[in-house]
Amino acid sequence: MSGFFRGMIAAGFGGQGIMVLGQLVAYTAISEGRHVTWIPSYGPEMRGGTANCCVAISDEEIASPVVAEADVTVIMNNPSMERFEKSVKPGGLLIYNSDLVTYPEPRKDVTVFPIPAYSVALSLGSDKVSNIVVLGVIVEATDLIGLEACIETIKDKLGKRKPQFLPMNLEAFEKGRDIARGLLKKA
Amino acid sequence: MTRVLMKGTEAIAEAAIQAGCNYFFGYPITPQNEIPEYMSARLPKIGGVYVQAESEVAAINMVMGGGSTGTKIMTTSSSPGISLMSEGISYIAGCEIPAVIVNVMRGGPGLGGILPSQADYFQATKGGGHGDYRLLVLAPSTLQEAVEITQMAFDLAFRYRNPVMILADGFMGQMMEAVEIREHVSGEIPSRESWAMGCMRERGGKRSILKSLYLNPEDLEQHNIKLQKKYREMEKEVRFEAYLCDDAEILLSAFGTTARIARSAINNLRSEGAKVGMLRPITLFPFPSEKLAELASGVKHVLVVEMNMGQMVEDVEAAVCGKAKVSFFGHAGGIAPSVREIEDRIRAIL
Amino acid sequence: MKEIKIYERPRAWAKGVHTHYCPGCGHGIIHRLICEIIDELGIQNDTIGTAPVGCAALMYDYFDIDFCEAAHGRAPALATGIKRTRPDKIVFTYQGDGDLASIGAAEIIHVANRGEKLTTIFINNAIYGMTGGQMAPTTLIGQKATTCPFGRDPQLAGYPMRMCELLATLETPGFITRVSVARPKYIIETKKAIKQAFQNQIEGKGYSFVEVLSNCPTNWGMNPVQAFEWTESTMIPHYPLGVFKNFE
Repeated sequence: MSGFFRGMIAAGFGGQGIMVLGQLVAYTAISEGRHVTWIPSYGPEMRGGTANCCVAISDEEIASPVVAEADVTVIMNNPSMERFEKSVKPGGLLIYNSDLVTYPEPRKDVTVFPIPAYSVALSLGSDKVSNIVVLGVIVEATDLIGLEACIETIKDKLGKRKPQFLPMNLEAFEKGRDIARGLLKKA
Repeated sequence: MTRVLMKGTEAIAEAAIQAGCNYFFGYPITPQNEIPEYMSARLPKIGGVYVQAESEVAAINMVMGGGSTGTKIMTTSSSPGISLMSEGISYIAGCEIPAVIVNVMRGGPGLGGILPSQADYFQATKGGGHGDYRLLVLAPSTLQEAVEITQMAFDLAFRYRNPVMILADGFMGQMMEAVEIREHVSGEIPSRESWAMGCMRERGGKRSILKSLYLNPEDLEQHNIKLQKKYREMEKEVRFEAYLCDDAEILLSAFGTTARIARSAINNLRSEGAKVGMLRPITLFPFPSEKLAELASGVKHVLVVEMNMGQMVEDVEAAVCGKAKVSFFGHAGGIAPSVREIEDRIRAIL
Repeated sequence: MKEIKIYERPRAWAKGVHTHYCPGCGHGIIHRLICEIIDELGIQNDTIGTAPVGCAALMYDYFDIDFCEAAHGRAPALATGIKRTRPDKIVFTYQGDGDLASIGAAEIIHVANRGEKLTTIFINNAIYGMTGGQMAPTTLIGQKATTCPFGRDPQLAGYPMRMCELLATLETPGFITRVSVARPKYIIETKKAIKQAFQNQIEGKGYSFVEVLSNCPTNWGMNPVQAFEWTESTMIPHYPLGVFKNFE
């Protein structure tokens, strides 16, 4: 395919903000004028089940909205590692929650970023912002979405409904970017 | 209104409202719950009515009642719920009442699963309920198309006084994509006054009876002949997309989300020089048999891809009628055929 | 001064039609009462009936008003859709005991519980008439029917359901009453009850439910006189007449 096309998969427990993470990426990409699809997949339970979603971003109209080979895969728990480790394209980026996921033998053909998303989020006041830590990593380490547009999305989608949590969300986002910059330097 | 990122279920709900649908009767079932939720919040604000029925059985009969007064009515459900509605759908078709029914398909049979599926093709196009009736069946493949189809469905329902089903696979319901929803003003639609309940004054004191009971067999046959004539007239509503078919040697046929996945496979193979095209039916009834027959005479193979164990393939085989080899590839509910799998199938045929 | 009463065909009765009901059947009486009430209330052009499945399936042929046919047991849901989209019209359901208390049990409970502003006329004759005399939820203990040839046994089929009493446990419904057509004195009460049920709707009050104890000479294996007597002697003791709720 000729133009810009990126696929992302995010997977974890229900309640980890997996769907919201994907949606924030989707909203940002739309605001940047791109075509986007977002598809969720839930376990039967509303909370605590397995949840994953995929986002396709393109300059052209999107044919298949199903992302089977991802440029970026975010893995937030162990069962998802088992299921989605192979979903990353060679040369792609695998981000995992190093507080909850064990990954003793990382793939060599992809970039692997262990992110202590859970403990970073807790240190900021709530484990609920661990998905926003990961969003910061995505913005810093990939070309899926731009920084300015993403901050606008956070303000718009998270700040309006619960303004009291906006500072914590923005802080989590910055922490994620910091961690990604550190890892990028090492890499 | 500019293009905004919306969930399919919500886009369908808002599209219906913008087409003048102010009444919704439904019952919760995954994966379509966002539609009743959306309607319950939105309709009271615009003077409309949302009723949560006690079951899908009741919901479809409320739809029948609402439709019988000549009002734009919609209900939505998912596969097991549509099975329960099938009785009512048969009555609605028999009484010639307009209604729009959305099926956000999940896997079956039985309780099946809650993930996307296309396994209700037979149910939608071949009956589901009892008797010789047909629904107009429309299958969107993008959310923008879902919006347009939803709005058009009301016009078709009233034009033919017939239930229209939007057959959306679970992806169409759960996916988010940018859509633009405009207010939809219906074209020419026959006035409801001549037949609808509650218009006796407008008819100058002449009553109307909406019924499907004809105890005299000659009357019943006449009623059926009239219905069949109407179903044949519906054939002019046939809609499809022919994608890169002109020089195609291999023709794919798929509907809904599966057609989008197939399109990616076609794009990839075209860049390698393979002559592959696709006929995507948008109306599943009427089925684009004529177009398929025409295309089939110029290709060597037709590959049907579905998210079920092989249903539309039977209509394709009937249309192709031996002019080309027809084969099938599919997965059951919850597993979408992947781009890679479709490419491999096509390569094996090449 | 002598009072002169002329009994004429109600205007709401369709011209030149006769019912198909068996001799002595209660449906004809109740149909006529409804037509008289429609005339008296002046609502012929504004009334929408829903026809049931059962002996009264063809009732739309006899009434000169708008009618929509319902599937078996579904009239309350159908009527809900009609009334919600046309709240300015008078909508009623007319259902037998198999239709209402058996296959349509969910629909009748929920139409009452939503307090839909419509009227239900429930014809209880303790049997399935149209299909040929099978046991209904309302068939009395010991009563014979084609599917309980030795008489209804509560160990096998439970006890006959009292729908007024059952619905009266709900908070929402406004007017619930049981009347009968077993004798002229009861018929007068029946007309009053049905008229009030329609009047309630005209006034925009909530849901009204009128149960009419009727008969089925054919399937009971009786002549009409015996059947009316049986309604009074055997049905009324199990199904007491009276008002169970009246917008308290």
